Amino acid sequence: MAEKKWIPRWFYQLASPRWCYQITGKLLPWFMGTTLLLLLGGTVWALLFAPADYQQGNSFRIIYLHVPAAILAQSAYMLMAVAGAVGLIWKMKVADMVLKSAAPIGASMAVLALLTGAIWGKPTWGSWWVWDARLTSMLILFFLYLGVMALNSAIENESTAAQASAVLALVGLVNIPIIKYSVEWWNTLHQPATFTLTEKPAMPVEMWLPLLVMVIGFYCFFAVSLMQRLRNEIIWRERRTGWVRELLNKQ
Amino acid sequence: MSFNSVSEFVSMGGHGLYVWLSYGLGAVILAANLIIPRLNRDRLLAEQKRRLRREEGIR
Repeated sequence: MAEKKWIPRWFYQLASPRWCYQITGKLLPWFMGTTLLLLLGGTVWALLFAPADYQQGNSFRIIYLHVPAAILAQSAYMLMAVAGAVGLIWKMKVADMVLKSAAPIGASMAVLALLTGAIWGKPTWGSWWVWDARLTSMLILFFLYLGVMALNSAIENESTAAQASAVLALVGLVNIPIIKYSVEWWNTLHQPATFTLTEKPAMPVEMWLPLLVMVIGFYCFFAVSLMQRLRNEIIWRERRTGWVRELLNKQ
Repeated sequence: MSFNSVSEFVSMGGHGLYVWLSYGLGAVILAANLIIPRLNRDRLLAEQKRRLRREEGIR
């Protein structure tokens, strides 16, 4: 009981699949609206109004997809690893479901970052792909996501699958700082980070403000897709419970 | 506005192929991430409702 004092109440509520299903049902429409607004507004801003780069011309506009996708691919991975740790330590089923639900979204963001990077690299570096540290570590991130997805679909028992993929996600966490510092530790063609917490962006405000809008839009999009997948997972795993029966009968 | 005409906008200063290919891929990947869970939900609910009816029929 002493534990309850320093772990807040919402943490226990999060452990209840039913409570999670209800709260995400309330949140989803708001996040959906915000996502559409930010992504549509951000895209129009990025394509039509942001200035072209003086060296790269209009191919620079790819940054507005490339950077948010890359940031999200890494954030989603960290969330996945944290969920894995929570699942391992507290045996929390919802955390297992978050881990499983985040993997395909993160994998698709890693693909988007790699593909837009390749397309951007062609006119800028003259090559679709180079085996440099940033690109290679990002490719490894994609394979880690595939590994988590494969474990989840290959292992029949849900709690064994969750444990195995949580361990993989946690071990793979070492790759995140490698991605982040790869542009500083090794010689690379890749440019350094656009946003840092400590310094002002190197680009003018007309360029980075739409990028910020897109990054926030991508985070909201992630929340929407994650909640959708999580709700499906909750219904599936709780299908034998009374409240899911009730829900199905009402529909 | 960074462009004076529609054709200028489409050509993106000669980088049109790269820019539009990227944004096309982005649109497809983002849309797929929202549509696939939606379809899965419809299928899951239909399946479970059918199972429920079957089980109630037996009882």
